[in-house]
Amino acid sequence: MQGLGINILFKGINFQRLLGGLWVTLRLALITIGLSCVFGFLFSLLTLSKNRWAKAVSRLWLEIVRFMPQLVLLYIVYFGFARLFGWDVDGETSAVIVFTFWGTAEMGDLIRGSLTSIPRHQTESAAALGLTQGQIYLHVLIPQTLRRLTPQAINLCTRIIKTTALVKMINVTEVLKVGQQIIGQFYRQPDAAFWVYFVIFLLYFLVCWPISALSRMLEKRWA
Amino acid sequence: MKKLNRIAALTLALALLLSLTVSASAEGFRTLDEIKESGKLVIGLFSDKKPFGYVDEFGEYQGYDVYLARRLAEDLNVELVPVSLDAPNRIEFLQSFKVDIVLANFTYTEERAAQVDFALPYMKVALGVVSPDSALITEPEQLNGKTLIVSKGTTAETFFEKNYPEVKLAKYDSYTEAYIALLDGRGDALSTDNTEVLAWAIENPGFSVGIESLGSLDTINPAVSKGNETLLTWINEEIVKLGAENFFHADYEATLRETYGENADADSLVVEGGKIE
Repeated sequence: MQGLGINILFKGINFQRLLGGLWVTLRLALITIGLSCVFGFLFSLLTLSKNRWAKAVSRLWLEIVRFMPQLVLLYIVYFGFARLFGWDVDGETSAVIVFTFWGTAEMGDLIRGSLTSIPRHQTESAAALGLTQGQIYLHVLIPQTLRRLTPQAINLCTRIIKTTALVKMINVTEVLKVGQQIIGQFYRQPDAAFWVYFVIFLLYFLVCWPISALSRMLEKRWA
Repeated sequence: MKKLNRIAALTLALALLLSLTVSASAEGFRTLDEIKESGKLVIGLFSDKKPFGYVDEFGEYQGYDVYLARRLAEDLNVELVPVSLDAPNRIEFLQSFKVDIVLANFTYTEERAAQVDFALPYMKVALGVVSPDSALITEPEQLNGKTLIVSKGTTAETFFEKNYPEVKLAKYDSYTEAYIALLDGRGDALSTDNTEVLAWAIENPGFSVGIESLGSLDTINPAVSKGNETLLTWINEEIVKLGAENFFHADYEATLRETYGENADADSLVVEGGKIE
């Protein structure tokens, strides 16, 4: 069977296991992205606030997220919390907490950036036309912000999807871990790794490509 | 400059927080009675390291370590809950009480024994070095200035760092990645337990084990969280009891024989009743 490493993907329920792993990856990413959008909006309010403390908190949060590797954050929540406080957080919950913590700050910063990049005269002109504060947001600022935000937000989403691969280190069997288990079992087959990683590459591509295609479409439509 | 100062202050604050996390370990392990009461025995196993701990094509855990894990759960009359772990985080899983026992080809070392409690051994190993036939490594000195592939957190890593500092180490997170690196030629040789490399060389033509036994003879033992006396005592009694029925030879026949071949001597690996001759 040399050279037919692709066969191992269809031994037993291996392919279903890979798809099951992909579902774990997707579920994690979807929950995280959803929560990050909601909290990211609130986070952007925090960064835009005139309150010094609110600004400081959001600043600190963003810095932590930026210079701490996600794997360290995962270890702190999964292992550290159990040691320090006796909180036994399971792997998937730890992952959602950490990735949301990360996604919230990044998404919030993107929203803040898009919002503040809109020239001041837009607000002023709208105000001069007699629009209320609410109307200015609804008709002038939010549509333009969304347009500027889309490509960056999509980029963040695909990054979150790919980063979920780290959760294999905290006992969550996602698609990459399933792949490594299959390779580990067929380590006698020299090309096993190639085929398994190739299929995982395809699976990630099938997930991420439609998302960036959607982003391109939206950019064109709104241009 | 101001920004740098701020970042430095932040890093310090975080480091303090982290050191707190590390120092304040509570007595969070589960005693034997608590395990029995819960009806579940949580055991940390490898899930990609055939033939010791792996997941088969039907999604079931199999292997030498798993065979013992099943028996332990059975004798306690509880359900086995497998937790998949990798070599670098085995100690972490015990120290944070995420698992009751680690049965993951865990070699006894002094450093590790300070952090976790080891039970009686159930297997013995030394280090081996596998390399391509075209440039076979037969003496550790040949590796000076060359690249040796190891898996992070393994005995091989510490052995070479301590005894052969001139050997360049290429470290990988998992065994899977390490072997792929050797196949790809990203190193001159790979070192890990001799059991591992011997089995791997049989399956991979073009590679041979040039050094079969390096370093002192090590033992593979079950490990529990530091101070978990009740569980440790029970495992030790269990291993002695299982030795009387030659359990580990049966385990070898069921899980390792296929890998090491008909001619291999089970007694070179298996330890019965926790006794090393």
